[in-house]
Amino acid sequence: MEQAKKMNMKEKYNTMTGDLAWDFSYKTEAEIFPLSDFEGIKIEDWSKWQDPFRLTMDAYWKYQGEKERKLYAVIDAFGQNNAHLGVTDARYINALKIFLTAVTPLEYGAHRGFAMTGRAFPGVGAQVASQMQSIDELRHAQTQLHTISQYNKYFDGLHDPFHMFDRTWYLSVPKSYFEDALSAGPFEFITAISFSFEYVLTNLLFMPFMSGAAYNGDMATVNFGFSAQSDESRHMTLGLEVIKFMLEQHPDNLPIIQRWIDKYFWRGYRLLGIVGMMMDYMLPKRVMSWKEGWEMYFEQNGKMLFDDLARYGITMPKFWEQSVEEKEHLTHQLWLTFYSYGHAAAFHTWIPDDSELDWLSEKYPVTFDKYYRPRLVYLREQEKAGKRFYNPSLPQLCQTCQIPMVYTDPKNPTKRVYRETTYKGDKFHFCSDACKEIFEHEPEKMSQAWLPPHQIFQGNCGGATIPDVLKYYHFTENDGGEFLHSRDNANWNMWKGLTPDEEAA
Amino acid sequence: MAVKAAYENYSGPNRDAVENFHGNQLVYIGWDEHMMFPCAGVFPLPPQMPFGAVIKEVVPAAFSLHPDFANIDWGKVEWLLDGKSFNPTLDKSLEDNGVHHKSLIRMITPGLNGINNSGF
Amino acid sequence: MSEKMVFLALQDNEDARPIREAIEADNPLAVITQFPGVYKIDAPGRLVINRESVEERIGRAWNPQDIHLSLVTLSGNIDETEDYFALERT
Repeated sequence: MEQAKKMNMKEKYNTMTGDLAWDFSYKTEAEIFPLSDFEGIKIEDWSKWQDPFRLTMDAYWKYQGEKERKLYAVIDAFGQNNAHLGVTDARYINALKIFLTAVTPLEYGAHRGFAMTGRAFPGVGAQVASQMQSIDELRHAQTQLHTISQYNKYFDGLHDPFHMFDRTWYLSVPKSYFEDALSAGPFEFITAISFSFEYVLTNLLFMPFMSGAAYNGDMATVNFGFSAQSDESRHMTLGLEVIKFMLEQHPDNLPIIQRWIDKYFWRGYRLLGIVGMMMDYMLPKRVMSWKEGWEMYFEQNGKMLFDDLARYGITMPKFWEQSVEEKEHLTHQLWLTFYSYGHAAAFHTWIPDDSELDWLSEKYPVTFDKYYRPRLVYLREQEKAGKRFYNPSLPQLCQTCQIPMVYTDPKNPTKRVYRETTYKGDKFHFCSDACKEIFEHEPEKMSQAWLPPHQIFQGNCGGATIPDVLKYYHFTENDGGEFLHSRDNANWNMWKGLTPDEEAA
Repeated sequence: MAVKAAYENYSGPNRDAVENFHGNQLVYIGWDEHMMFPCAGVFPLPPQMPFGAVIKEVVPAAFSLHPDFANIDWGKVEWLLDGKSFNPTLDKSLEDNGVHHKSLIRMITPGLNGINNSGF
Repeated sequence: MSEKMVFLALQDNEDARPIREAIEADNPLAVITQFPGVYKIDAPGRLVINRESVEERIGRAWNPQDIHLSLVTLSGNIDETEDYFALERT
């Protein structure tokens, strides 16, 4: 039997993706793809869509299968060897709690979103890329749940991530980001997630966090992280190609895309503040500070990628300078916020020990000793005196990012930023000019935001008292509050044969 | 500007319309230069509640954990209502003082600027 | 820095070691920064992984698409054929 000539990469890609499409005979394209043009994006020729990796479906399954085999071997070894005892200390697990409740449901959201874009886009290249990414994202949600379920056997706060995600006050921050994108059209969704989130910002989620997991002895998380991240490099590449494709197709697309880039850069930056807080405060052994991460991955790399897009007329996202001005303040303000609302969170909070305060001074020489160290030291003394501080009131949230309105003017860091606007006779409040502008562009949509404190007062969250609401969130009495007095800490000390004093030292 | 939607005349409910709060209105109250309370609090209050009652009942529940609180001279407190300086009449209601649904009240306590005057 | 940089990050494991060695051999301007579990490789303008260079080190056939198993992140425009995988920014 004569062997067929081996196809080269390009031929193989065309045969195994582009040629899989079919022509329509009894329905029009507009009937089959009704969501493809209402956003105003004009596509002249879908065949110009390029997948730079030229990954075909058969190669996709082969690589993904291999990644899964490697990952699940590690998860098994982890469980069989009680490897949860190998992490630096029990505080570290709280970073995983945030990851599982705030990020894993986003993976699932992305799975849904790319299933939508795969159906909505008329071009076969975009359909195949969407399909791969939709399956990737489902895999990420599953592997994260499977990996972290090892820790759920031993630690509090990991038992109900999806229930919490749909209800809890601080988890409305990631939820609202994703639902804003999911409820938009397919082009806005893919710009929001593939470009703004994956390409511009996701390095800051996975690189420091997974390197942090490695540094803190968390073999299982390192493995799911890097397994997921190998897909992310494909997603990031897609993000860049999507933007270039849309911009090359029609000049009218530029202002629409620029506005989406501005919007989702800012919303993504606000969301990533929580990751920054993990980097600076929650990893017992730290890899890099939020400020260093922001400089490396946004100010340097992000700047270069926007330089690449300048030929199409794209500029740096509006308000990016604000993110740079805030970098010496952001994580300290957020940690102090979660510390003060620690009784209503599903993870523990604490005051860093002295060597950790010194690390923060070194990384934040302009602000830490001047503003934030005295606050942390005061709160530590209060806690020692039996007066652990918890804020008794529900927070005022920003209508757009849904983060409590804690951000300050970087030039005057004891002055909070208050912005407001009026829509149909009602007032709406914002943490920043950027969040206000996002609202004012789409008030019909953003005025529908489900703000958890307001929902509590409307009677939609299980009752009027904090215990009622925590029950509605499925928080148990062991999930939140001060780390020093937590069951996690007591168990850890028992497992490791430590006295509380040794652990504190 | 308006949202671009897949159909004409897109709109949705104003999730936080005053009618949804069982006769109350939302009022935000923040204390400037006291970042121990990282943000303003939100409170559902009857529009008929006298401003004096807000000071006696709501404000202490929110802020009395701060050591500055006991030293406040209430005659010297400066108030901002929705960004403008404001002289509340204590025996008049929130409504009659111009405090509307989702109004923001900011409290400024001259001479009391947080722990060791640090704004915290 | 005024020069346009590209980068990629690889998992620090045995699968990726021959790729790293091939990069070091073929890209004299590449700079490697080690982090826990991962390393980041930065280079000005262009960074290439040649199939032949990897194959020399592992003694068997290697497909440039196999970097999907080791890649953590990247930045730059991709140029990929059967013989190499490259990142460019000009």
